[in-house]
Amino acid sequence: MPQHITLKDSHREARVYGARTVTAILLVCGLLAIITVRYYSLQITNYETYQTQSERNRVQLQPLPPKRGLIYDRNGVLLADNRPSYILSVVRERVEDLDATLAELAALLPVSESDLENFQKKVKRSRPYEAVPLRFRLTEDERARLAVNRHRLPGVVVDAQLLRHYPHGELFSHALGYVGRINEQESWVLDETDYRGTFHVGKVGVEKFYEDLLHGTVGYQNVETNAHGRVLRVLERHDPLPGADLVLHLDIELQRTAYEAFEGRRGALVAIDPLTGGILALVSTPGFDTNLFVNGISSTDYSALRDSLDVPLFNRAVQGQYPPGSTVKPMMGLAGLESGLVTPEYTVPDPGWYRLPGDSRRYRDWILKIRGTGHAPRVDLNMAIAESCDVYFYDLARRLTIDRMYDYLHPFGLGERTGVDTTNERRGVLPSTRWKRDAMAQPWYPGETLSAGIGQGYMLTTPMQLAVATNALATRGEHRSPRLVRSINNESVEAPLLERVPGTPENWAAVHEGMHAVVHGARGSARKIAKGIQYEVGGKTGTAQVIGIAQNAVYKEEEVAERHRNHGLFIAFAPYDAPTIALAVIVENGGGSSAAYPIARKVMDTWLLGDAG
Amino acid sequence: MGDYVRQMPDGSADLARPPSAASRFHLDLPLLFLLMALTGYGLVVLYSASGQDMGAVVRQGRYFLVAYVVMIIAAQISLVRYMRWAPWFYLLGVGLLVAVMFFGVGAKGAQRWLSLGGFRFQPSEILKLVVPMTVGWYLAERILPPRFKYICGSLLIIAIPSALILRQPDLGTALLIAASGMFVVFMAGIGWRYIFGAVVVAFASAWPVWLFVLKDYQKQRILTLLNPESDKLGAGWNIIQSKTAIGSGGWEGKGWLGGTQSQLDFLPESHTDFIIAVLAEEFGLRGVLMLLVIYLLILLRGFWIGLRAQTSYGRMLAGSLTLTFFVYIFVNMGMVAGLLPVVGVPLPLVSAGGTSVVTLMAGFGLLMAVSTEKKIVTH
Repeated sequence: MPQHITLKDSHREARVYGARTVTAILLVCGLLAIITVRYYSLQITNYETYQTQSERNRVQLQPLPPKRGLIYDRNGVLLADNRPSYILSVVRERVEDLDATLAELAALLPVSESDLENFQKKVKRSRPYEAVPLRFRLTEDERARLAVNRHRLPGVVVDAQLLRHYPHGELFSHALGYVGRINEQESWVLDETDYRGTFHVGKVGVEKFYEDLLHGTVGYQNVETNAHGRVLRVLERHDPLPGADLVLHLDIELQRTAYEAFEGRRGALVAIDPLTGGILALVSTPGFDTNLFVNGISSTDYSALRDSLDVPLFNRAVQGQYPPGSTVKPMMGLAGLESGLVTPEYTVPDPGWYRLPGDSRRYRDWILKIRGTGHAPRVDLNMAIAESCDVYFYDLARRLTIDRMYDYLHPFGLGERTGVDTTNERRGVLPSTRWKRDAMAQPWYPGETLSAGIGQGYMLTTPMQLAVATNALATRGEHRSPRLVRSINNESVEAPLLERVPGTPENWAAVHEGMHAVVHGARGSARKIAKGIQYEVGGKTGTAQVIGIAQNAVYKEEEVAERHRNHGLFIAFAPYDAPTIALAVIVENGGGSSAAYPIARKVMDTWLLGDAG
Repeated sequence: MGDYVRQMPDGSADLARPPSAASRFHLDLPLLFLLMALTGYGLVVLYSASGQDMGAVVRQGRYFLVAYVVMIIAAQISLVRYMRWAPWFYLLGVGLLVAVMFFGVGAKGAQRWLSLGGFRFQPSEILKLVVPMTVGWYLAERILPPRFKYICGSLLIIAIPSALILRQPDLGTALLIAASGMFVVFMAGIGWRYIFGAVVVAFASAWPVWLFVLKDYQKQRILTLLNPESDKLGAGWNIIQSKTAIGSGGWEGKGWLGGTQSQLDFLPESHTDFIIAVLAEEFGLRGVLMLLVIYLLILLRGFWIGLRAQTSYGRMLAGSLTLTFFVYIFVNMGMVAGLLPVVGVPLPLVSAGGTSVVTLMAGFGLLMAVSTEKKIVTH
């Protein structure tokens, strides 16, 4: 090229420039050669190295989900364990045509709409090269079919995973709760790292309350894979930490006795160990098989449970709010004694009805309808509790006034959540003038005080609250927040003691004697269960009026009649002298307490005489 | 032999032929075609590098359109004008750089932009063209090769804007501007002893520059380059990932849109400074070589234009612009491949971005102005 220039231009400058251009071109070519050599070295010489590194980029970390903690009853009987189950997952990046692959899978094994819907949601949130679950709990047959077609389905993975299983699902449905697949809302709340590789989370009950402890800590492994996604070797492994094992206070025999004693009727029972505040039995009937929920319940199963008139999904023990009826009378008795308004010797005339001064309305005793007269010409506290005399407590309530009644009943835990270690607990209502002003913007009427005095009207309690109050009665004032869990990883859990229910020994003795007479007295309202009993019991019957049922609900004729019947209640503790069990029972529409106290008797028999415990 | 006449050097042949459309519009067709091939290739890579975002491609296409228009306009102005305007542009450019120092806006700790009524621009870009124009203007009237005092004068012209830009701080641009000025001096025929002397001085002063001039982040970049493994997740991440992307491309590449490094976001800055890694991963060494061939042809065409230029000014400008273009290529491809420090120089006409594209194409407009300068027969 320089020769060309000399032909054209002979100026010195141009000649110098020409020489410089040659230098520049040489320089440029030299440096471009260096660049070329560099790219050659990266792309050809070290191709394998970078190829592997690029592949390693694709699958660096695999989460290792922790083993969920096990749950045992007090005797070491397994109530919730983990069983291996096979999961079908798809790795989006390894699938050529996702829709075609899904269609092919659907042809091989049943894949429901909700499976697909869940899958699509999860695919959107998944990281590159993450296996996204499509179907859970594959059968032997399904796994075989997948294995045969495996070569046609790149990116389709079958993994074994431990899945929750409840050996006694229905029996413990409300005591334990259950786990279910993580839904979208939960996935925003849960720790993203900790729940990588975990598909299930506690939804209700103990499973939810202790979720943090039961879940454990996720582990990771670093794996090297080839271009086809097969794991060649594990480079590094951090084992997951399993979740904590829980031992409950529950006793499987007691639980079974209680559940079966309901004989299919709706209701709830809570039994507490007065020594520890531990819950020995927690039953809400009807129950349901919690295993149905672990893998996403089918919509027919779910609507059957949801729409059932018996509302089996409703945990009556902590969510059900019922008027306590006469079961409140021992507490009222203590209030009367403590306030000094009555003594054990104090009597009230009982014509079978009561009238507020200056008011013509008669407030009837329940016995008036049966006998046409009162319990006796004059009724004292013992008789009032034993025979459940309304007139005595109408009179006491009037003299006590509603707000002082509130002050005396509140220490038993009425109107407050008990703080039990499960979910969805309701607080009930312990009415007062202030409560009515706040809740209903209405003044308190004197007649309402009388209703409250016999546990009717606005007053509402959960079976859990009644059991806690019974426990406080049994222990002469020890008010505890009850606990289902006895120990976590062998470390015992205390049921916290709350503020004592104040009472002098004589006053407690008077109340206890009344409750003793309920069962063992000649005219005690629950004397029927004393027949053949081998221990002594303190108890109290109750009947709660059913006010009404939902207006727009469609019920069959005979069901309406059945569902208008009164709820039967019974609270009890035994043995009378040194109680080891305190319980509360409610049988919905049982008609009266006679539906409830036989259940209590069976439970106490099992606990005190049976081989359990 | 009638053929001999046709094969004669162009000078006389041009006079015989009527002017073509291309020469009437002062366009150098080979250069134009090469640029179109390059920008077309760039858009194809950009579609993949931007995560298959057609919007990014359309945006870049619009920048190219503006840049071609600027190039064509720049090609219409005669070199005499450029020479006459050069010192005034220079004063304006330096003034703007000073303004940036006081009123500039910036990002990531650097103050580079000037905001005028909502319109933001980078004065340092203008100087990429103005500095060689001015040095050329300064030397064109001297006897060449320049004498020592004119070399010093040229260096002063170069040093002022370079220092101002280094202060912003923008190491990449300062480097490019200093180089563009130096190339003029080099092409003017500066003696080799000066060049070797300068190299010795540069090495001798490297230590104090390291200690007192370079910012921490710049030192960090150089240290990371020397040992990228030292900071796997931080500063070294870019280089490790880009080398992995390039290397895993092999000879054939993983196919367009098939690069796992780039498509799965392992590669940072994949559509701007590191776009060559996407190209290398998806089109393999084949694709890299194809790009290098296009670049080489553009460079050779640039040198050819310089050789055929009618005036010293045109020659020096053409040589400098061509070499500066080469610096872009070398620095960018070198840094992405882990040969050079990461200094923030785009891959010319391939990396996404508007400003650098317009400046580069304006430079090619100047080159075309040189190539179509009125031929003066000087036999």
